[in-house]
Amino acid sequence: MNLDEALQTFIVESRELLQDLEQALLRMEDEAPTADTINAMFRAAHTIKGSAGLFGLDDIVSFTHGVESVLDRVRGGELLLDGELASLFLSCCDHMGALVDQVVSGSDGDAELAAAGNALTARLKAYLGGPEAQPQPQAKVPQQREQKLEASGGGEVETDSWHISLRFGRDVLRNGMDPLSFIRYLGTLGKVVSLSTLTEAIPAAAEMDPESCYLGFEIRFKSDADKAAIEGVFEFVREDSEIHILSPRAKISEYVELIRALPEEDLRLGEILVKCGSLTPAELEQALRLQSGAPPGAGEAGGRQIGDILVDEGVVHPPVVEAALAKQKQTKDSKASEGQFIRVDAEKLDHLINLVGEMVIAGAGANLAAQRAGAAELLEATSTLSRLVEEVRDSALQLRMVQIAATFNRFQRVVRDVSRELGKDIGLSISGGETELDKTVVEKIGDPLMHLVRNSMDHGIEPSDVRVSRGKPAKGTVSLNAYHDSGGIVIEVADDGGGLKREKILQKALEKGLVAPGQSLTDREIHQLILEPGFSTAEQVTNLSGRGVGMDVVKRNITALRGTIDLDSEEGVGMTIRIRLPLTLAIIDGFLVGVCDSSFVVPLDMVVECVELTEAERRAARDNSYINLRGEVLPFLRLRELFELPGQPGRRENIVVVRYGGQKAGLVVDRLMGEFQTVIKPLGALFSNIRGIGGSTILGSGEVALILDVPGLLQQVVSREAHSKAPAGGGLVHAKG
Amino acid sequence: MVTIERDKDVCRLSIDGEMTIYTAAELKGKLLPALQGCTEAELDLSRVAEMDTAGLQLLVLLKREAAAAGGRFRFVSHSKDVLEVLDLCNMVGAFGDPVVISSTAG
Repeated sequence: MNLDEALQTFIVESRELLQDLEQALLRMEDEAPTADTINAMFRAAHTIKGSAGLFGLDDIVSFTHGVESVLDRVRGGELLLDGELASLFLSCCDHMGALVDQVVSGSDGDAELAAAGNALTARLKAYLGGPEAQPQPQAKVPQQREQKLEASGGGEVETDSWHISLRFGRDVLRNGMDPLSFIRYLGTLGKVVSLSTLTEAIPAAAEMDPESCYLGFEIRFKSDADKAAIEGVFEFVREDSEIHILSPRAKISEYVELIRALPEEDLRLGEILVKCGSLTPAELEQALRLQSGAPPGAGEAGGRQIGDILVDEGVVHPPVVEAALAKQKQTKDSKASEGQFIRVDAEKLDHLINLVGEMVIAGAGANLAAQRAGAAELLEATSTLSRLVEEVRDSALQLRMVQIAATFNRFQRVVRDVSRELGKDIGLSISGGETELDKTVVEKIGDPLMHLVRNSMDHGIEPSDVRVSRGKPAKGTVSLNAYHDSGGIVIEVADDGGGLKREKILQKALEKGLVAPGQSLTDREIHQLILEPGFSTAEQVTNLSGRGVGMDVVKRNITALRGTIDLDSEEGVGMTIRIRLPLTLAIIDGFLVGVCDSSFVVPLDMVVECVELTEAERRAARDNSYINLRGEVLPFLRLRELFELPGQPGRRENIVVVRYGGQKAGLVVDRLMGEFQTVIKPLGALFSNIRGIGGSTILGSGEVALILDVPGLLQQVVSREAHSKAPAGGGLVHAKG
Repeated sequence: MVTIERDKDVCRLSIDGEMTIYTAAELKGKLLPALQGCTEAELDLSRVAEMDTAGLQLLVLLKREAAAAGGRFRFVSHSKDVLEVLDLCNMVGAFGDPVVISSTAG
């Protein structure tokens, strides 16, 4: 047994269990807990404690023991789970999480953490009435084990399985019966959990009669069948064989009798029973001690020794670990039946996505070659192939998609804690949790979201009295929403608070020199100002936010994910922050265009239409950088000029109209080359400062094409328009670069 | 039905047929002497069509005798039937020979 692996399992499972525990506690704040919920919570704590004990994680065991004891009283109806107790449990969850983290980091006892643990334990103790129920939270593990044993009641053995001891008679084989077929048949009545074959009885070669049966079996057997049915299995060999069947929950004394009755040495037998999992080492020790009570003197010493040997040799560990893991597996299995999931190493998925990416490129190459060759059959084959590759790509990417619900749900806790801290009554409403997006994006969106939610609660939502005087419900609401929109995902953080105060922001911006006096700005531009570095309008700096660092960090994080952030605020009514993110970071559908000899890729979902630049427009466009598109002013960029490409424009030019986040612009190119699946290859650090390029890709022909960063280009267009004397059409101007 | 190849101290045995109560006595008589004086031996089980408790006992005995004599003795190429029995009795680990994990192996 690889203990490291088992420990990893323990860590993962514990974290999951803690999360479940937390969710259950939070749910309880809204609705009365059901018996099921409380049982589930108790089991979670119990499992964590049990598993932690196996790894000798005493800190976790002793702390969790306290939690478990209080939960047990709640379960027994002796305590009422009120808000205060729930808060205490939440703190305890955090502490357990911290202890687990400590295991991960491998650091030794942190004094601060231990102190926090002691404080929580003391508070837990207060809920544990009578002194006899008082646990010894700092007690050593062995003591706890004993307690647990006592708790299991009256010397019963803690197993839910039958134990069957078989010593077949010497003549069984000669009588035409095969012991193996009995065991096979036993398997039809239930499940053989574990089995040990005893071969000691086989005599030395000379005496051994190959036609006699010398074998014995110790079997741990799980079944709903009754004793008579199990006995019935061995009906034909009962006469001359020794058969012992112990029911689940047999008394330890029955095991003692068994050990005494069987021919093998006690120690060997004891080990086998432990190995089968029928007895735990503690139970075996107790059994042996009991047994030694009968024969006086030497037996006493022998009994003790056996127990000691088992513990010393570490025989205790593997079986118990295995049993615990099996138990964990059971909980896992029951979970799996709810939602059929497989855990897959993220690296393997990345590798798959990479391979699919290469396949997309290779497929494009094959397609190109087929087109050049003009062979109809080949063309057909490659088109089928590219359709399949496309499907493979989509499903591969789908594998990385996770629902955003888990991220959103984390905020239940945040909103609860923060609202208490602030003394505001704030609820969280979540919608669109089933929206899926790339795992890497999900991982990176957590922090920015956290900041936005805290900001909304701190600055957005007014204190209750103010709210009531404004005619709003006293309870404020922060909502998280997610949905898919044109090839991307939109995450909204909204609140029904005061919204942004236009004048205050403007004033602050003037103070900071972010805007020049007299500069006229749209509402939207003013709102965007709060994303600038060092900007905060909070009157007082609170613990949570208002330090003026933050929104710009949020913006930077979002930009790093190729996303954008957008604010929508109405004073006195509330604010909505909209984050737009690409669905995936790896592969996009592109639109290939050519300028001079170079090729560029425009992300297809941003392309609105393509129009030919007419001769008249070209003449007019020489002076102005906008055209009249069906009565609409459309600013444009010439890629040739932007990237300083050589050569003169050909006789025909085209405009690719792109749109992003409510803005539209045209890109003037020489050639339109059609749709193209693109694997995004990041540009090296050397090119990180180039504006307007988001990445590169390899074409089927082997040439490199640059991927245009459309949001970046749009910003350029917009800022150029804002700075030149734009005509009335400058109303298109939205954001500042 | 028992093939014995001897190459100096290395002995290659193979059993063709069943290892059951019906053949156990015969097999014991042939296999045990063959192991005498070998420092290294291999028993090919690929053609064992059937095995019962008697066969299993015989394997245990051979293994034990070989170990007592200080030689190395391996079971190789376990047939499907042999593996089924070893799995049932949880003896794969006890014998310690590498086996091809079958789908029923637990």
